[in-house]
Amino acid sequence: MSIPTRHFDALIIGAGGAGLNAALQLASADVRVAVVSKVFPTRSHTVAAQGGVNAALANVLPDSWHWHMFDTVKGSDYLGDQDAIEFMCREAIPTVYELEHAGVPFSRLDNGKIYQRPFGGQSQNFGGDQAARTCAAADRTGHAILHTLYQQNIRSRTHFFDEFFALDLVRDAEGVICGALVLEIETGEPMLIEAKATLLATGGFGQVFRTTSNAHINTGDGVAMALRADIPLMDMEFFQFHPTGIAGKGMLITEGVRGEGGYLINKDGERFMERYAPRAKDLASRDVVSRAIVTEVKEGRGCGPNGDHVLLKVDHLGEDIISKRLPSIRESSKIFAGADPVREPIPVFPTAHYAMGGIPTDRFGRVAVPAGHGAEEIVPGLYAAGECACASVHGANRLGGNSLLDILVFGRLAGKNIIDYVRENPYQRTTDSASLEQAMSRLTRWEQKGEGIPVSQLRAEFRKCMEDHAGVFRTEEIMTEGYERLCELRERLPEVRLHDHSKVFNTARIEALELENMMDVGMSIAVSALKRQESRGAHSRPDYPDRDDQNWLKHSLYYREGDRMDYKPVRTKPLTVESFPPKERVY
Amino acid sequence: MTDSTPASERQRLAWQCRRGLLELDHLFSRFLELGYDDLDAAGRVAFQRLLGEQDQILNDWFMMGVEAPDPEIAVMVERILAVVSVQRD
Repeated sequence: MSIPTRHFDALIIGAGGAGLNAALQLASADVRVAVVSKVFPTRSHTVAAQGGVNAALANVLPDSWHWHMFDTVKGSDYLGDQDAIEFMCREAIPTVYELEHAGVPFSRLDNGKIYQRPFGGQSQNFGGDQAARTCAAADRTGHAILHTLYQQNIRSRTHFFDEFFALDLVRDAEGVICGALVLEIETGEPMLIEAKATLLATGGFGQVFRTTSNAHINTGDGVAMALRADIPLMDMEFFQFHPTGIAGKGMLITEGVRGEGGYLINKDGERFMERYAPRAKDLASRDVVSRAIVTEVKEGRGCGPNGDHVLLKVDHLGEDIISKRLPSIRESSKIFAGADPVREPIPVFPTAHYAMGGIPTDRFGRVAVPAGHGAEEIVPGLYAAGECACASVHGANRLGGNSLLDILVFGRLAGKNIIDYVRENPYQRTTDSASLEQAMSRLTRWEQKGEGIPVSQLRAEFRKCMEDHAGVFRTEEIMTEGYERLCELRERLPEVRLHDHSKVFNTARIEALELENMMDVGMSIAVSALKRQESRGAHSRPDYPDRDDQNWLKHSLYYREGDRMDYKPVRTKPLTVESFPPKERVY
Repeated sequence: MTDSTPASERQRLAWQCRRGLLELDHLFSRFLELGYDDLDAAGRVAFQRLLGEQDQILNDWFMMGVEAPDPEIAVMVERILAVVSVQRD
């Protein structure tokens, strides 16, 4: 098989904050690094992160990395690994300063220091007064970070393969991962990139759900590649849903709308949150509000011709307040829902937002998998960082401001670790022909002709099934039915056919490849959720309403082969400080 | 414009419609489907120039009511909004 081949010391798949921060470490150390991105790098989903990045700089209020650690452990509902969390909270400080020196235009205080804003879940002194820990570049922190990292990478001569789609990882004759087969979207031609180390940094995978706030690119390509390489996925059942996405579309309607006095109603005009959370009402936690909305819809009190959403009412606030304080929400509602909130309510439904689980890694970004009885083994030469990875810093639920932190800290540390790895492993391994053929088969499979099932049809059925059976409302009955349905859909995947077999910018073929990835990733979520018989963090089971530390204070591991589950203990021992033992979470 | 066929040109544009923000994904991909064919040559050039802008800048123009400094681009923003915005009875 003759395929053009390129060689680099390190290959990074994905060009969001994690991938670009890793690439910058490598390029700055004169390591030859290639970054493969299916879209132009500054169109990565990191650009959507507006809030900011947490670091205990204590510029506004007293703070300490140890308090940050406490908040993160508590926020994780005690499922986060405390050594990784300590590491992240300590590393947050040099990571933010490094970004500042790289040119990220953080907002400033009058004294010139980085401004920090308070955010939910932040406390001083282990659960005391509100802390102010989030460093932001106005309301476009992700954008500012992404552009700075991209410019710095260009300056450091990182080699970018823009608009290349990663098909699969490849291995040498000993089974060691030694790069990836990629597809140039413009020409439709494959190319092999061999590297001493490969980092997966492909971001989130919210597109597996019908209603999501994630961009169309978030299809879990790297996570699916890991699954196909026999690597299990960790804690996939923990997916954060935002209660108010625009119904049927997914765009976020910020909590600020309810903070300003907006409230939810059902088809009878009832303020139903009064029944579910009599005190907090519409300001109850995200999971409570999300479940309440889905319950209203399921019990026939949904709105619209299909009764498939509820309404968020804000018109009583008046045009002046809506226009001044919620301008983007007004526009978003007008454009995507056809409803001007000044006059009519916004149709909303919970939207899939953020994945806590992913490819299991240690705190240096090295992919780590169980190797028998409790022990873990590093997968040589394979790294993962960012939302596609699970260094286990978010556990069962992520705190605001910790997602950018995660991608930046672990992207940076993965980059630094790869520098050592490629120096210790200076010789390039050669791709085994059988491995290359297997990777190529992902592409050639789509050359099959005939009528078959259209990609769009199976995709729509799959995403609807995920939303209905592995979304917010998770009971044994609903999820068992969903698993059976997903198995049926998976069996139909070989019947899917493309009608367009052209090569140049054949986006239909990319969408077919993405569908295969999404179906594997979706199954990992559905099975992991079905098996976890407790409620913890973002995973909520009405049939098992309590957290069960006795039986379930452990990480889930999903294997693609036979939809098999395994588990491993939570690392409750931090690096240098005392453990935070599990307690009931009260805010 | 390269020497690619119209079909591949359209597919190239479809890929440029993939953005970092879901809102822009919807706006651009829906416009390509519903409104692009009605554009004259100058309009098509303006649309392609728009696709070359940064996502946060585009977000300001589409979602925050900021007017694009280039009048041709500003017209294209309005046109996309008019074509894509959901109309309810």
